[in-house]
Amino acid sequence: MISSLTAENLVCVRGDRRVFEGVSFRVACGQALAVEGANGAGKTSLLRMIAGFLAPAHGRLIAKTAQGESDDSEERGKSIGWLGHQDGIKPQLTVIEQLRFFAHLYGKPVEDALLEQVGLARQRDLPCRYLSAGQRRRLALARLLAGARPLWLLDEPFAALDTAGQALVGQLMTRHCGMGGMIIAATHDPLGLANESLKL
Amino acid sequence: MSPFVTLLSRDIRLAARSGGSAALALSFFALVATLMPLGVGADLHLLARIAGGTLWVAAVLAALLSLDRLFQGDFEDGSLDLIALSPLPLELTALAKITAHWLSTGLPLTLLSPLLALLFNLPPPATLMLFVSLLVGTPAVSAVGAIGASLTLSLKRGGLILPLIILPLLSPAVIFGAGAVSLVLDQLGAQNALGLLAAFAFAAVLLSPFAAAASVRLNLGG
Repeated sequence: MISSLTAENLVCVRGDRRVFEGVSFRVACGQALAVEGANGAGKTSLLRMIAGFLAPAHGRLIAKTAQGESDDSEERGKSIGWLGHQDGIKPQLTVIEQLRFFAHLYGKPVEDALLEQVGLARQRDLPCRYLSAGQRRRLALARLLAGARPLWLLDEPFAALDTAGQALVGQLMTRHCGMGGMIIAATHDPLGLANESLKL
Repeated sequence: MSPFVTLLSRDIRLAARSGGSAALALSFFALVATLMPLGVGADLHLLARIAGGTLWVAAVLAALLSLDRLFQGDFEDGSLDLIALSPLPLELTALAKITAHWLSTGLPLTLLSPLLALLFNLPPPATLMLFVSLLVGTPAVSAVGAIGASLTLSLKRGGLILPLIILPLLSPAVIFGAGAVSLVLDQLGAQNALGLLAAFAFAAVLLSPFAAAASVRLNLGG
């Protein structure tokens, strides 16, 4: 499993536009990095680049594992827990079906306790079409926890959440870092934990 | 449960709960097969002669109805990002989706075909060949369709372009499938046509997951 991630002089080009250039950072076990910047500065593009969806026009992303260093994006992807803009939730499935699907897909057991942790225990058998935007976000958080990946990539993790939900995200992030995990979060809000910042 | 079976069973469940895309395809297939004899008239010999081609084309068009959503639903709601980060390679993801599409559309169309063959006065041996050719050939429709669906993934109205991409590629399936039915109707051996259809379907199912996965990768970065 990945123990640190280093970015060296990343350049992102979308179409003819150079979104950002010269981006370098390092995140190690137990650390969090907040990616800040104006709308369109490339925060989501940077996260998609780290996830391996988008290839850098220039520069390297190096993941350090027990086996050594690697810049293979597919290998890196196996360590990534993703919370994107979209929640990836199907309205036709119930809350527990949705969670079970992703847990099984990621080869992990499903625990009802996860729903309790994110405050969705009562909605367990409710079709996701009836969930509010905040509840969908909470379900996405439960899925992130179920995946049990060491590197969390979070795109606007506080979006659509109420005050209690935002506090919950803060607690979960603190606990994840406390357990040796890593977080890279694109956000306009303070993360609420000790973290480095990267300005795009 | 393996990740492959997990994705396959979810896609079948979604197809069953999404307002019945299979029911839509079956209704379309049945309506075309019903309208054709009404348009052509009561020439029983002519109806039997055109049955293979008509039902094959109707089956392909019916299967097309739900093909554009093969990857698009997961792409638009962000599920495809999460699936791409799972231990399941994108090639197997494509194969699971092709299998789910065939089980929810191609197989029901095949099972309905003998009933619709009655409307065309197709003799029992030719009806059996129609059934077998659809059983062998419809996986190719889902597989080739997956390539088109992945190529049009990020287009807002990709469903309109999809038939233009995949219908020419499916012409071998229609030629060999309908040809096999005609050969049985003429009391000739149809093994060669059926063999070629099976070879086409096998190659399509084997190769299309790689093409679809490559196209999905490009779209995830776009």
